[in-house]
Amino acid sequence: MTGSILFLLIIVLGGIAWFFGRVKARGFSATNTKRGAVHSLPTYHGWYVALWAIGPALLFLIVWNIASPALITDAALASPAAEQLPSDQFARGAILAEARSIASGQQVRAFNPLSQSMVEPYRTAISYYQMIGMVAALLLVFACGVFAWLRLKPELRARTKIERITMMTLLLASLIATITTVGIFASLIFESARFFSMVSPIDFLFGTEWNPKAVAGPRGETGFGAIPLFWGTVFIGAIIAMIVAIPLGLMSAIYLTQYAAPGFRAWMKPILEVLAGVPTVVYGYFAALTVAPALRDFAVSIGISGASSESALAAGVVMGIMIIPFVSSMADDSIAAVPSAMRDGSLAMGATKSETIKKVLIPAALPGVVGGVLLAVSRAIGETMIVVMAAGLAANMTANPFSSVTTVTTQIVQLLTGDQEFDSPKTLAAFALGLVLFIVTLLLNLIALRVVKKYREAYE
Amino acid sequence: MTELIDNASSSESPIMTETAPPAISAGDGPLKMTTRNVDVFYGEKQAINGVSIDVTMDNVTAFIGPSGCGKSTFLRCLNRMNDTIPIAKVSGEITLEGEDIYAPSMDVVQLRARVGMVFQKPNPFPKSIYDNIAYGPRIHGLASTKDELDNIVETSLQRAGLWGEVSDRLQDSGTALSGGQQQRLCIARAIAVDPEVILMDEPCSALDPIATAKIEELIHELRGKYAIVIVTHNMQQAARVSQRTAFFHLGTLVEYGVTSDIFTNPTQEKTRDYITGRYG
Ligand SMILES: Nc1ncnc2c1ncn2[C@@H]1O[C@H](COP(=O)(O)OP(=O)(O)O)[C@@H](O)[C@H]1O
Ligand SMILES: [Mg+2]
Repeated sequence: MTGSILFLLIIVLGGIAWFFGRVKARGFSATNTKRGAVHSLPTYHGWYVALWAIGPALLFLIVWNIASPALITDAALASPAAEQLPSDQFARGAILAEARSIASGQQVRAFNPLSQSMVEPYRTAISYYQMIGMVAALLLVFACGVFAWLRLKPELRARTKIERITMMTLLLASLIATITTVGIFASLIFESARFFSMVSPIDFLFGTEWNPKAVAGPRGETGFGAIPLFWGTVFIGAIIAMIVAIPLGLMSAIYLTQYAAPGFRAWMKPILEVLAGVPTVVYGYFAALTVAPALRDFAVSIGISGASSESALAAGVVMGIMIIPFVSSMADDSIAAVPSAMRDGSLAMGATKSETIKKVLIPAALPGVVGGVLLAVSRAIGETMIVVMAAGLAANMTANPFSSVTTVTTQIVQLLTGDQEFDSPKTLAAFALGLVLFIVTLLLNLIALRVVKKYREAYE
Repeated sequence: MTELIDNASSSESPIMTETAPPAISAGDGPLKMTTRNVDVFYGEKQAINGVSIDVTMDNVTAFIGPSGCGKSTFLRCLNRMNDTIPIAKVSGEITLEGEDIYAPSMDVVQLRARVGMVFQKPNPFPKSIYDNIAYGPRIHGLASTKDELDNIVETSLQRAGLWGEVSDRLQDSGTALSGGQQQRLCIARAIAVDPEVILMDEPCSALDPIATAKIEELIHELRGKYAIVIVTHNMQQAARVSQRTAFFHLGTLVEYGVTSDIFTNPTQEKTRDYITGRYG
């Protein structure tokens, strides 16, 4: 019997438990008609029994699935066939892994004859432990179900208990995202710590030479100076992209909130929002195939030397365009949140519409807009696809927007693609870069949220 | 209630004619604004129906009436603030010093400098006290030097009776003042562009009694310097601060005349009912 059938069986048994719990509760509900004599409705009693029947059994199966492989391997190794295995840990591990995947049906034929000989012991062990697990799980279902059923009585607070379990389930769901984030952060820190045991953090954070391929031996590594990457990231994501996105986003927000006829706004806003949903790889094509060559030709025609077909400008401009909807919708929200009394006050003073926007609305909306821009920056510096396709790989420290630069995200992709050992400083450097990026975006987000919140409070 | 009304001229015959609107002649003092047969529609819905009122220079004119009767709507016609509401359509004739304010040649920016407005809820800009007052003069280019601007700010605050309270903290935010101070700041802001008419839409409805008393006192002091039109739902307030009162009901002008007459001897049944609190 496979796992999924067992799972279904447990659920069905749970359904039966629910039914019996309810029947019993109905029975004593019918005899205790006084109001409040029976604490909970029969359904709650049903759920109480069902959850008791299912819960412990499923928990046991989860634990069993984690624990049994080790037991199975031990059992297989105890078989006579195991005596021929090589003593070398690595070869042994490979053979066992092969035997196990044949035994569980994931692989058909063995490359190593020794593996073939281990298949039988494995099969026996697997079916043995599976059987134990199954029987134990079913016994648990019955035992716990009957235990709960026997406990049913009129004054049992089944409703309260179910309510609590529901709450715990919801809490668990909400914790999963948080815990995952914490886990990711922890693994980043762990891997980065390994990296920093090989490369000094000072060299990494303040070094100006990025050339991980040239790195020679263990210790005394050079070529891990990340400043050129930080510069490239800031240059593209925080400077060029924002020079494009802030004015255009702000102006479109002003137009949409203050000037556009309601009809125009009604279809223009969704279009802007759709722009935010275009996959970044599509922007990447656009940057690499259209914008970059055009910019290079333009640079050459006005006589700028060092113009490359991969340029900071192309990546930055396209990224800026990608960010426009983001900035404009944040700005739109904060302008719309400025009380209309402000606007009326200014208009009643004889100010024109644009004077009102410039002198009252924008200053009043500024904190919200700044918050939006910070969020946009944090998005831009984490953006990967566009820069991978259009910015290039050369770690240049240049302020010439027509030359090629590289960014943190691009280099992470570079370091992790292809065949890599997972303990070389080259690979681990990717984690250190990721950690820096993570911390910077986290800070930007925190500041932005705080600014936006302050601003909201100001108009309560 | 009559003793509350200061020097309203009751010597003249009532301004009201027998049948409510139109044809209203001014009381004492030169005519500042006239309106004839004004209709206002919000989309299909008519909010003002054939209202004709004259606003005189030397009197404070009060608009009273149950809420929703169109007082604010009519007030906003006088400085064309209804232009900012896309669905609002105004027709009829409204003049300021004999000029049609809805004529194409009329510049709204100029009009609003001449006809200032104070709102129901104090709405200082989120700027310093100084910048709040300097806002209008800067827009209209009224001061060419910093000294001139300082001067305007000081006189406006003095006229609004706020100078003593804020002279040492002009750089503080206007929104940090108390509600009553904010409202006087808004009055000072309106005064700063040297208007001819000041419109006030329930300027005390968000204020406590003491702040209200200060604003009413201020209105007394400003009378004569500016033509003042005040909307209020508080009849005692209308009696205290105004010399002319217009009673609106369901978008029409029911009765318009000398305040003391309206309150002691209304000619219309509806006015009497409203004044005596039978509805509203
Ligand atoms: N911006 C608007 N759009 C549509 N209808 C409005 C608007 N402002 C006011 N009205 C309507 O016009 C009528 C008069 O309103 P208003 O002038 O505010 O009355 P008052 O100030 O006397 O309480 C009300 O019925 C109100 O619903
Ligand atoms: Mg009103």
